Amino acid sequence: MTEPICIGFIPLVDAAALIVAVDKGFAAAEGLDVTLMREVSWSNVRDKLNIGLFDAAHLLAPVAIASSLGLGHVKVPIAAPFNLGLNGNAITVSPALHAAITGEIEAGRVDPMGTALALARVVAKRRKKGMEPLTFGMTFPFSSHNYQLRLWMAAGGVDPDEDVRLVVLPPPYMVDSLANGHVDAFCVGAPWNSVAVDRGVGHILHFVSDIMERAAEKVLAVKQDWADKNPALVAALVRAAFHAAEYIEHPENHLEVAQILAQPDRIGVAPQIILRTLEGRLKISPDGTVRTSAGYLLLGREEAARPDAVQAGWLYAQMIRWGQTSLSADALKTAMAVFRPDLYDAALGRSGKGAHSPATISSFTGPVFDPNDVMGHLASFAIKRRQS
Amino acid sequence: MSAEASPKIVIVDESPVRAAILKEGLREAGFTGVFHVGEMHDLLARIYSLDPDVILIDLENPSRDVLEQMFQVSRAVRRPIAMFVDQSDAASIQASVDAGVSAYIVDGLKKERIKPILDLCISRFNAFAKLQDELERTKSALEDRKVIDRAKGILMKLKGLTEDEAYVLLRSTAMREKKKIAEIAQSILTASQLLK
Repeated sequence: MTEPICIGFIPLVDAAALIVAVDKGFAAAEGLDVTLMREVSWSNVRDKLNIGLFDAAHLLAPVAIASSLGLGHVKVPIAAPFNLGLNGNAITVSPALHAAITGEIEAGRVDPMGTALALARVVAKRRKKGMEPLTFGMTFPFSSHNYQLRLWMAAGGVDPDEDVRLVVLPPPYMVDSLANGHVDAFCVGAPWNSVAVDRGVGHILHFVSDIMERAAEKVLAVKQDWADKNPALVAALVRAAFHAAEYIEHPENHLEVAQILAQPDRIGVAPQIILRTLEGRLKISPDGTVRTSAGYLLLGREEAARPDAVQAGWLYAQMIRWGQTSLSADALKTAMAVFRPDLYDAALGRSGKGAHSPATISSFTGPVFDPNDVMGHLASFAIKRRQS
Repeated sequence: MSAEASPKIVIVDESPVRAAILKEGLREAGFTGVFHVGEMHDLLARIYSLDPDVILIDLENPSRDVLEQMFQVSRAVRRPIAMFVDQSDAASIQASVDAGVSAYIVDGLKKERIKPILDLCISRFNAFAKLQDELERTKSALEDRKVIDRAKGILMKLKGLTEDEAYVLLRSTAMREKKKIAEIAQSILTASQLLK
């Protein structure tokens, strides 16, 4: 056994590879002595990683990039040798907003562009009537949830900073906030969308996989200098998480995995809610309508675990689009270098991408993302913040 | 310290007791403008309306992430910065994380002015944790006593023992089995439930 390692996580389904690695013995099989520490906020995870209370963490991919660039906070270079999940978020709306959007939708246009255009009409009508702007909850300023919500509504002509309110809400508060009307909608990861549907207070309008084919969500994050000093530990962690993710993705293991994740010191919600996420079979409406999507959440399938630097480039481009930073060639390089497929490949004795890793990123709106032309990419979007 | 020079401090804490302890401590130290926000709904609006120089929040509060939004909002007049930004004082950061408190300081407040505030928070947070710990222990001691009393009653009835004899039997069994008296008492209660 090696020295004890402490890993922080937020209770969400995409922490599964870390939880299963520890609770099913994949970490011990690599000679690792891992203690998982459940946290209540991304700020805590980030800060405890920064000051060395955590050796590694389940972290929002954009936070790993922001931290490496020193955006919004102290600059701490992060290395992400393993992608803990692709997709997995969903946009859930209140029954009232669902009815309003449905009322404005052009016949049959339930695709993200159709709903975004309908949202724009809802927003315009509310403004005309002098009603309060709609409020959307998301989990963190530097989060895929924030960028996905913005990408979606801006495509329909809704300016996320001018026409609606976007507010940060801790995931465990999302459902209550929707129920008591503090927010009209939210974008959050599993299991909270399903919890809202089960309580009858929300309709899942979109899976994020409707908006983007593949979206890097959470990463296994370590400090760059920790990775440099502990290459063997990083490799062992990658292998443990890899084998855990493979185990999770086997359909015959779904029930057992759901039970492991459901434990009170892990995610702490009913196993059947977690099971839906793992199976990609989600109840999307309180009336019991079920929707199936193989791409809802990818934990190990289709090379989801291999970090893709183009994804990091896309996230950096969103930070520029929404005024969190301005473009610099050096910063783009730094952002992309946070994702470390080289460490992943080295740990697993592989070389290069597999067949499943696409070279590009595409979404339902705008051109295919090219990290060599970030400004050209952003120029194609009408709604964005002024570039300083 | 004059009221004018005293920085405005907002304590974000869902525990009213801890907030009161902290508030009192800060007041005693001469910080007169101390406000408590215990309701997390619309937290940002509440904070903006108070317009503080320093915001203190406990690390167990998920709403810490809500505060991070303050760095983003361009409409905010004054942007706060997180305590962790200045890494020169690693010991103080470590102590505050251990105690479970985090501070956000609005730009412009001098570092030497936040230090006494933070030190005070750390000591009050630690004192509160100790108090809570003692309370827990007292509670569980009370619980134990109840269980032991009921087990004694069962033994007295079933075996015709006096109270003292019943207690001696519990204690000697606990010693033999290297367990706590309360654990033995609990197993007697469980067994008697099963055998009812």
